[in-house]
Amino acid sequence: MNYKMVAHLIGRIMLVMAIFMCLPLLIAVIKQEDTISGFLISIGVHAGIGLLFGLKRPNHTELYAKEGAVVVGLGWLITSLLGALPFYISGEIPSYINAFFETVSGFTTTGASILRNIEGLSQSALFWRSFTHWIGGMGVLVFVLAIMPKSHASQSIHIMRAESPGPQVGKLVSRMRNTARILYGIYIALTLLEILSLKLVGMPWFDSVLHSFATAGTGGFSIKNASIAAYDSASVDLIISVFMTLFGINFSLFYLILTGNILQALKSEELHWYLGIIATATLLISLNILPQYQTFLEALRYAFFQVASITTTTGFITADYEAWPIFSQSILILLMFFGACAGSTGGGIKVSRILILGKVAFRELRQQLRPRSVTALKLEGKQLDSGVVAGVMAYMSIYTFIIVISIILLGLDDFSYTSNFSAVITCVNNVGPGLGAVGPSRNFALYSDFSKIILSIDMLAGRLELIPIVMLLSPATWKRR
Amino acid sequence: MQIIIVGDGKVGMTLTEYLSLEGYDITVIDNNPKVINTVVATYDVIGISGNGANYDVLTEAGAAKADLLIAATSSDELNILSCLMAKKIGTKHTIARVRNPEYAQQLVFLREELGLSMVVNPEFEAAREISRILRFPSAIKIDYFSKGRVDLAEIKLPENGYLAGKRLSDLYKICRDKILICAVQRGEEVIIPDGQFLLAAGDKIHITGSHSALASFFKAIGMFKEKSKHVLIIGGGMIAFYLARQLTDIGVDVKIIEQKEERCMALSEALPKATIICGDGTDQATLLEEGIENSDACVALTGIDEENIIISLYGQGLGIGKVIAKIDRISFMDMVESVGIESIISPKYITANRIVRYVRAMQNSGESSMKTLYKIVNNQVEALEFSIPQDSFYTNIPLKDLNTKKGILIAAIIRHGRLIIPSGQDHIEAKDSIIVVAAARDRITNLEDIFNR
Repeated sequence: MNYKMVAHLIGRIMLVMAIFMCLPLLIAVIKQEDTISGFLISIGVHAGIGLLFGLKRPNHTELYAKEGAVVVGLGWLITSLLGALPFYISGEIPSYINAFFETVSGFTTTGASILRNIEGLSQSALFWRSFTHWIGGMGVLVFVLAIMPKSHASQSIHIMRAESPGPQVGKLVSRMRNTARILYGIYIALTLLEILSLKLVGMPWFDSVLHSFATAGTGGFSIKNASIAAYDSASVDLIISVFMTLFGINFSLFYLILTGNILQALKSEELHWYLGIIATATLLISLNILPQYQTFLEALRYAFFQVASITTTTGFITADYEAWPIFSQSILILLMFFGACAGSTGGGIKVSRILILGKVAFRELRQQLRPRSVTALKLEGKQLDSGVVAGVMAYMSIYTFIIVISIILLGLDDFSYTSNFSAVITCVNNVGPGLGAVGPSRNFALYSDFSKIILSIDMLAGRLELIPIVMLLSPATWKRR
Repeated sequence: MQIIIVGDGKVGMTLTEYLSLEGYDITVIDNNPKVINTVVATYDVIGISGNGANYDVLTEAGAAKADLLIAATSSDELNILSCLMAKKIGTKHTIARVRNPEYAQQLVFLREELGLSMVVNPEFEAAREISRILRFPSAIKIDYFSKGRVDLAEIKLPENGYLAGKRLSDLYKICRDKILICAVQRGEEVIIPDGQFLLAAGDKIHITGSHSALASFFKAIGMFKEKSKHVLIIGGGMIAFYLARQLTDIGVDVKIIEQKEERCMALSEALPKATIICGDGTDQATLLEEGIENSDACVALTGIDEENIIISLYGQGLGIGKVIAKIDRISFMDMVESVGIESIISPKYITANRIVRYVRAMQNSGESSMKTLYKIVNNQVEALEFSIPQDSFYTNIPLKDLNTKKGILIAAIIRHGRLIIPSGQDHIEAKDSIIVVAAARDRITNLEDIFNR
């Protein structure tokens, strides 16, 4: 293991985070809030570590798959541990475990909160809370790659593979640096578009910026106790629903559209399924909840928002879906598993993995009927590498193990099975709200510190697609080769 | 600059490494998905698995906007087809590796009628490099600038030699500024020396000077070796064929040992002046029988690296004047040098270097144009030749007053066909050619790059 290079990259993450933290500090200074010292100390800690390791480039810059996963896993863990400092030092969230949970929930774009009264937080703390969504959505290491000197890391693909979601991660253009810049370019442009749209329908600047951050990362932190329902505006609902859906689409499709290959982008198999799932679920739920609302249009509005929010694993809320029929709740739980597209900012298993699983199952069934038949597995018109299929299978097994073990460990807190199950599901899939004790109108504050740590690990594992976090915990990673 | 590399074999992989480190945008096409996985994980490039002569694959690789396509698969026909298709799709320049001598004779047609920018033949290039060394065997390796007016020779300083412990400024006094030591490799370290530098035994030094100046310098330090007159070649492949043809043309006595009878017949038919022996060149008895002791030079060109190394070690043990080994696998290079085989030829390096030189020249956009580029000292140092078309901010000023970057050396000035080894008082004029030596990490593409601004 190339420890020096790992430390160097983590140092660079710290430098980037120190710069990012200057934005909430600016707000704290302008608004004369008590959080100034908290942010100053945190920036000092980040910058100190960053300057210590991040400036001097090591002699050997080799990175292999193992180093890539360790940089990502360790980087995210340290970022979350230190990112919680502003909340903790300023006393906005007095318990460190709570602050850590909130930060992990932010960076992993989960949106699960331990705050009982969100509106009681200072503006700078609220800004930092929502900003973590935006940073975590595209990934801080992708940002580090975007500003990396040209000749720096020829094997940086291992970092991107570990950080970016999806069964097959590739570059958009031949240079990693340019790929990272294109991704962030699209990300920033879409975020700005949403900020302006929300402002146009009357949301104040501060609210529209912070809600756009949370949508862009498909996070789900709102700055209102009642989430988006607080605005009670059909146009706000529609704008956020549409943007949530957009941020759940594979970013390489946006790049294809930008380079003029619109037809090719629209042909994407994953996109068809993704939009199909959203449309079907919205329709089914609208019909199911129709008796509770005045008109079909109103039912459609709430159904679409909730479906988009859960499918893209954002977790904004405009309706208490626990009051909906069990059929609708079941569909929403199912959508939590599906998640968004690969290569988007959303979480969950990802539509493309579900597609691969379905195809494998279908092939096996066929093989049982006609043992001699040969079927090539194809996704997006290309034959699937057997390694990718094996990767999806391994992913699913680890995913199941993690969920089962977490549910058992959470059982130590004496809540209902529904609450524990939905809490684990919503955290591993980076959604946010669950059912029962963690339902849309409640939060995670009731859980014990131990459960919060378990759920934090679940969130990190879910965001980084399991492997980097599992590798961090495995002794084999730290053995000499 | 967008570059597409088709075929990621030995040459393709070396090119991918060089060019991606130079900062170009590279797309690699190979029909083996495993190869693509490896190359994408190792270098900052994008990979496509598919046939390099397939329209869809080329379009996906961005051939419509690419500046250069390099086709280096093992098949000549595929390479030529791939270049033709890319050219039609819109790629600006194309380079094909063509090794079959039958096609190689149609070079002019390929270039001018079919629009290929460059055709490289690795075996032919390797043979040319070997024949250069055999004509000047005092050096480990020799490169030419300015149509042969300037030589760049590499030698290793022996123990107790004349040069060990000499200061460069003293040395230049003795040989009256006819030669210049432009790079020294000491262990892992590479130094571009100044006048105060002290030479030590075991250093590998790179010297520029005219051919005659170098010859008399080697005579003076007692390292001169006569041109090889009797050359023994072991292994009768394509390199051996090209080499024998070049050597017999200048009157050198060539003997080739080849195992396969059929191949021997073909060689004998094509090379009437050479002696062809059918036998096992790795067998000591055969080598002795064919008079290895009496030859001036021994060139090991079998298809197996290990055999070439053993033959060369044996030849060196016998005290043959010049021993050259062909090595294909890079991982062996350091080891081979450490056991003491000095002259090593690697066809893929030579080919990759030729292509990198072309790519650099393509990118060269300043008013001074780059004519030649050699990578020396394990590719850590570059020697570049620029021609200066007109007066500029650096002309007609004594070199000592020019603000050049640290570690960059102006090694030679060629004016009206005459070589000047420059001192601080000399200056650059319009219509000169100059040779610059710089560390490879400086990535000089324009002459303007060597000055601080």
